[in-house]
Formats: sequence, C-alpha cells, structure tokens
Amino acid sequence: MVLSHRLGEWAGHAPVLEEEVALANIALDLLGQARILLSMVGDEDELAYLREERAFRNLQLVEQPNGDFAHTIVRQLYFSTYQHLLYARLATADGPFAPLAAKAVKEVAYHRDHAEQWTLRLGDGTEVSHERTQHACEALWRFTGEMFRPVEGLDVDADELQAAWLKSVSSILDRATLTVPEGPRSGAWAAGAGRQGLHTEPFGRMLAEMQHLHRSHPGASW
Amino acid sequence: MATAAAQQTAGTQAYGAGEGTVDTAAYERAFDAAVAADERIEPRDWMPDAYRATLVRQIAQHAHSEIIGMQPEANWITRAPSLRRKAILMAKVQDEAGHGLYLYSAAETLGTGRDELLDKLHTGRQKYSSIFNYPTLTWADVGAIGWLVDGAAITNQVPLCRCSYGPYARAMVRICKEESFHQRQGYELLLALSRGTPEQHAMAQDAVDRWWWPSLMMFGPPDDESAHSAQSMAWKIKRHSNDELRQRFVDICVPQAESLGLTLPDPDLRWNEERGHHDFGPIDWSEFWAVLKGDGPCNEQRITQRRQAHDEGAWVREAAAAYAAKHSAPAPRAHETGAAHA
Repeated sequence: MVLSHRLGEWAGHAPVLEEEVALANIALDLLGQARILLSMVGDEDELAYLREERAFRNLQLVEQPNGDFAHTIVRQLYFSTYQHLLYARLATADGPFAPLAAKAVKEVAYHRDHAEQWTLRLGDGTEVSHERTQHACEALWRFTGEMFRPVEGLDVDADELQAAWLKSVSSILDRATLTVPEGPRSGAWAAGAGRQGLHTEPFGRMLAEMQHLHRSHPGASW
Repeated sequence: MATAAAQQTAGTQAYGAGEGTVDTAAYERAFDAAVAADERIEPRDWMPDAYRATLVRQIAQHAHSEIIGMQPEANWITRAPSLRRKAILMAKVQDEAGHGLYLYSAAETLGTGRDELLDKLHTGRQKYSSIFNYPTLTWADVGAIGWLVDGAAITNQVPLCRCSYGPYARAMVRICKEESFHQRQGYELLLALSRGTPEQHAMAQDAVDRWWWPSLMMFGPPDDESAHSAQSMAWKIKRHSNDELRQRFVDICVPQAESLGLTLPDPDLRWNEERGHHDFGPIDWSEFWAVLKGDGPCNEQRITQRRQAHDEGAWVREAAAAYAAKHSAPAPRAHETGAAHA
C-alpha cells in the first residue's frame, strides 16, 4: 500500500507517456494486493486511514520518497525482486497467503521485468544516467536488509531468500554495468525496524497527506 | 479511401493528365466522392492539405487534453478517502495516459511526430481543452469531473466515432467506451457524497456549482463564432454543431442532477415544452476566451508541470536511446573483423 502510494505520486510527472501508464499500472497492482492483505486482517480503510505511523509495519524501503526516476526504479528493482521470490515460495506453500501469492506472483514478475529493463537502460545508457543510477543503488542499499528479517507467521527460509535476492540483483546490476554496493544493509534504527513500526521521517508526512481527508470526516462513507 | 474503385479512379484521372503532371482536381473529386459516400479516409489516401492540417490540429489538441487532463485528477490520488476510490482514480488517470498515446498515434498517421506535437504543446502553439485550467479544490471535484467533464467529452466524442478519418474514428471507439465507464464512476462518486453526511452533500453541491458552466463551455463557442465548424462539418470530421451538442448535454444532465439530489447553478434553466428542450441561461463567453488565451486559474501551473516533467525526464529518454543504440548496433561482419585482426 505504501509503495503504491509512492508510485501514485508520479502521475502526471513521468519522463515519457509510456511510463505514466506503466507506473500507474504497477501502483494499481500493488494496491490490489494490499487491499486483499488488509482485508484478511480487518477493514481495509480503517487499517489504511486510521492507524498512526507507529502502527504501520511496512518496510522502510517502500516508504522512501520517489527521488528521481533512477531512485524510483532502483527501489522498484530491490523490492519487486524480493516480492517475486517471496510470492513464488508462498504460492507453492500451504499457508494462508498461497492464494494471494499465486495471483500476485504474475503481476510481480511483470514489475520485476519492468524494473530490470529500466535498470539496464539507465545503468548502461549515458554517463549521467549511469551516475544517477549508481547513486540510487547506494542510497537505497541500506534499506534492503530488513526484507530478510524473519517475520512471524511467514513460513519462508529468510537466509535462502536473501541469497537468491542477492544473486538476482547482483546479476542485473552487473549487466547494467553498475557496481553492487558494499556496506551494511540496515536502515534507520536497525534492520527490521519498519516491521516494528519504526519508520523514517518522510513516512509521517506521507501518511498525513494520505489520511487527511478520511480523518476529517469521521464515520463518513465514500 | 475505403474502396479500391475510388482510388483507382483518382489514380487514372490524376496521372492521365500527362506525364509528370498531377491533376489535383481529380484527386479532390475522388476525395469529395469518398466523403460524400461516407467512406473512411485512410492514411495512404490522398487528402486536401487543409483537411490534413485540421485533423492534426484537432487530434493533437485532443491528445494534449488527455495528457494535461491527468493533472487535475492526479492532484487527488494521494488524498483519495478510501482505497477503493484511490484504485478507481489511479485506473482512470492511467486510462487517460493511454488515450493520449492512441491519439498521438492517430495524429502520427498524418505525417507528424509525437515529439513535434509535444513541443507545440509546451511552447503554447497548440492548445488543450480549456476545462483543465480549473483547479480541483475538493474531493468532490473528482466526481464532478467524471460526471460533467467526461459527460461533455462523451457527448462531443461519440459522433467522432463516425468521423471521416479512419484512424481517428477507430481511436474514438475505444476511448468512448472507457470514458463512459469513467463518467458513471464520477456520477456514482457524487451520489455517494450527496447521500452522505451534510458536509459531504455540501461538498458535492459546491463542486457541481463550480464545474457546471466550464463544462458547457467545452462544446466551444456558439455556432456563429466557431471558426472551423462549417468546413469540419462539410468534411464529416464533425457531425453536429457546438450548440446542438451543448443542448443535448444540458437535456441529459438535468434529470441526472435531479436523481443525484443536486441542483444546477442556473436560475434560467427550465423545460421548454414548445422546443422539447431545456432552456438555459447565458454563458459567460468572456471567461471562456480569457481561459483560452491563458488567463484561467491554472493555465500557467498546468503547462509548467507538463514542461517540467518533460525536461526532467530528458536524461531518462536519452539513456534509453543510448542503450538502444549500443545494443542494436549491427554485429560487425566476419570479413571486417577478420580484416581488423589481420
């Protein structure tokens, strides 16, 4: 839901019309997945609009501001690669997420492909695009570790997932002539912070905008 | 032209006039005959220069309107009050980008390029619909745009599905289907507000009050002041006059407003038994011309954002082009590589 919101901010600002369509498409897919997930727990709007920052459990990676197009694409590459690997595993398991994962894995495969194609073009495009993309890779690297903190109720081998993710992302960055960043992969506070409701500063402002209208009319239906 | 016969006639007559000369009059006769017979003109067919120019202008303006039209609605994506409404709005804005793409493609069949058209938009040499120079101040505006603005667009565009130029007519068939869907969603959004809390009802009424007159202006100036109308109707690009379509729209909206439980901001609006239509009050054409000339509430903002998106995206487009050049370069031939190594 949070990443969908961030992608929604691109509407009307994309570098080419085709990307207006693509980014909105991905945002819609993610929102659809979020609505299913939230509905499994309770009322989707109550959960989206009436929780405060500390009650949100999203990864810090997805709440990061869009930055430039390279930033958005690298965030998308990191996250969709993770999502694709995760959903592929959940889809074949027996858990409560299997039906959602089976549907979502097809959408996420497209998101991953889109991010990969753009990473190649930006990384191996011009000097400027290479530099911007390398910068984005490094800036977002520290938020990637928390994806692999074990989550209660999620029956996947986090270490195995992490190894597969590193392999996949490294190979794409290599082909894009980009350097795989070094250094710790833990964000603000610590790896796993988002899952504990510890977020980065831009997130509160995002929620303020997102929730304002809903909160201004308590009990109203839309 | 759709029929081979028409084309052949034109060809024989044109080239029969003598070696190396082209008898334009014969082409013109064949073109006029095809239009008269309700045949579709296709990209490779001969057409008068002025017909081509009019179509480029109209289709480009239509494409630009879809692109600029994304802005007032996208303004509310991040603030949509429920996840369902947010999804609907995102899908709609995405459709609009898609419509822009269809329309630029249709314009390109006339021998122009998307880059050239966008450049004309960015430099103010081509226009977009004046309606998008009004601001979306509340959530209800999203509903009013769907109901009134898309409603007016559909009234305007359905006849274009029978337009004499094939690619434009076919684009309009696809676009109109999606637009009617958006229009119903807008209506449904307003209905939810109108039946909601008193605050929501007031929000809906305020939006309709602000969007009603600008929507009526979407049909263009009155018939006696419309510069392109007569020729466009003769060419069957246009099928009905501005005033005719405006009247049709008013007649459709009045009962819809009633069932919405909202009023239209026009004290002169009443049913005229004799005409079988609703009479309505005078439109403030000075406002229309001011907005068209660039003095509307958001003209500056809309075009600045559009230019900014384009300029800030330049490095991305350059990267894609550079990558394509690197990776589609033909592989060196064997003997060339051999020679280099020899």
